Amino acid sequence: MRGCVSAPSECFLRRVNFGIMEFKINHKKAGRKTYMKRRAKSVITEHKELAPHIFSLKIKTEMAKEAVPGQFIGIYPKDGARILMRPISICDADADKSELRMVYRAAGKGTTEISGFMAGESLDILGMLGNGYDLDVVRDRRVILLGGGIGIPPMLYAAKKLKEQGTEAVAVLGYADSNTFLREDFEKYCSVQIASMDGSVGTKGTVIDAMNENGTAGDVIFACGPMPMLKAVKAYAADHGMQAFISLEERMACGVGACLGCVVKTKEVDHHTHVKNTRICVEGPVFNAEDVDI
Amino acid sequence: MNTKVELAGIELKNPVMTASGTFGSGAEYSEMIDIGRLGAVVTKGVANVPWEGNPSPRVTEVYGGMLNAIGLQNPGVDVFIERDIPFLQQFDTKIIVNVCGHTVEEYIETVERLNDQPVDMYEINVSCPNVKQGALAFGQDPHVLEQTVKAVKAASKKPVIIKLSPNVTSIRDMAVAAEAGGADVISLINTLIGMKIDINRRKFVLANKTGGFSGPAVKPVAVRMVYEASHAVKIPVIGMGGIANAEDAIEFILAGATAVSVGTMNFSDPETTIKVIDGIEEYMKKYHVEDIKELVGAVS
Repeated sequence: MRGCVSAPSECFLRRVNFGIMEFKINHKKAGRKTYMKRRAKSVITEHKELAPHIFSLKIKTEMAKEAVPGQFIGIYPKDGARILMRPISICDADADKSELRMVYRAAGKGTTEISGFMAGESLDILGMLGNGYDLDVVRDRRVILLGGGIGIPPMLYAAKKLKEQGTEAVAVLGYADSNTFLREDFEKYCSVQIASMDGSVGTKGTVIDAMNENGTAGDVIFACGPMPMLKAVKAYAADHGMQAFISLEERMACGVGACLGCVVKTKEVDHHTHVKNTRICVEGPVFNAEDVDI
Repeated sequence: MNTKVELAGIELKNPVMTASGTFGSGAEYSEMIDIGRLGAVVTKGVANVPWEGNPSPRVTEVYGGMLNAIGLQNPGVDVFIERDIPFLQQFDTKIIVNVCGHTVEEYIETVERLNDQPVDMYEINVSCPNVKQGALAFGQDPHVLEQTVKAVKAASKKPVIIKLSPNVTSIRDMAVAAEAGGADVISLINTLIGMKIDINRRKFVLANKTGGFSGPAVKPVAVRMVYEASHAVKIPVIGMGGIANAEDAIEFILAGATAVSVGTMNFSDPETTIKVIDGIEEYMKKYHVEDIKELVGAVS
């Protein structure tokens, strides 16, 4: 990565370009500082399995200072036959320690390879990617954090940041079974309700079932999880007159908006693409549920 | 040491450019690399009107590469002229606009809209495998290709590059047909048509079922086709297909390419183009090559 410390003419050019980027990528809310994306080296500081195939990865990187809940990074496999980064959401960030934490599922060959990397190893990453949740607009509201399965981890950093800014929140976490990974971490920041598909812990069923059973109250929803859950959340929010911000997932190649591989259909014509779809990696992954056609 | 190359009278500071569809119109990657170092930027395909592209999923990784079926989504030539050309003009690089269409008339309409714009060349995409109507159809029959090139050339005020498909029986015949139609330059290869099946769900991974296969795994096929095509025509050839580093780029140049494009590997490492440019210079120093043109086709 070339920084703005090189030749003055290049620096000037970069500043001008960056100005245009800020103008074009208008998902960056006013007042939020924007950072250059880059591929960079990090070092793994901790890597452990929390539940079967669910891994917690901590890395040392300056990107920790920039991370916003809901954003993600790209992690590169080391096997040269796997050329694309794996998009993985941020579970926690510690700016003072320059440490990012990701909790991910080893689902395919790439993430399985990544799960074998050891503490002390270097790791190539691309970041920070995506828009993240807008915490300013919910400052004086009560937020319901909905996480389903591997959609749970990004909600943890949101819960932490909401507590820091004094925003009331409740987390409703949906698990497959009694492997309630990250539950204790959430309890540090907010009240927690649990659902499990097999009924072994909390409400039997989905996060929606848990909300109905517990009469969970709030003004706005942040949600991340599998597509059927996000569809149900969108419908729930519409029924209850609530705003819902949902984090979408799609197969990605570049992660920075160039390839148009990861688009979602939109209600209105998108400002960048000029058609009715938008780039999840840049304009998302967090969207107002009303704006996307899922 | 001279790294300058010439394509149809247009001088590039070095032979390294981006492959269409892997670099947008440069805005996204301008955060990460200095676009002014590139020989040229080849833009994502532009049509006469906005195209929505294909349903998702559109991309997937395969061994040593990836498949894509974006379907040439683009905002249309009007937005391109208003937004993307002024952006690219800030940089000391050549602007090559990739033009796509469903019909010859659509190619011509876009070319005519761009004729008075400050762009350097057109690359006509007659080889996209992901668009049902047109596109690839123009690039798989030598006679149709020659007629299409003639029509586009007649409408164009700029030099025309014809981007060839590898999904043909004889790449020589296609190269000869493009030259006969009046092409100023040919570029190849576009993607190979591929498919991936999810055996657990027993479904196609891509919504489009098939997708264009690109990345390092396709390089040997691409080098062979560049060699065959460049020996069949007199016009310059732009070589591409899986270039990941300077060694790959030099292979294409030795096979007969005057210039090269970095495509899929931009996604993997955004600095690939810059590393290729630097690496070519190192190679030239190492082997005391004064002028890069000495390397073009210099394989025996």
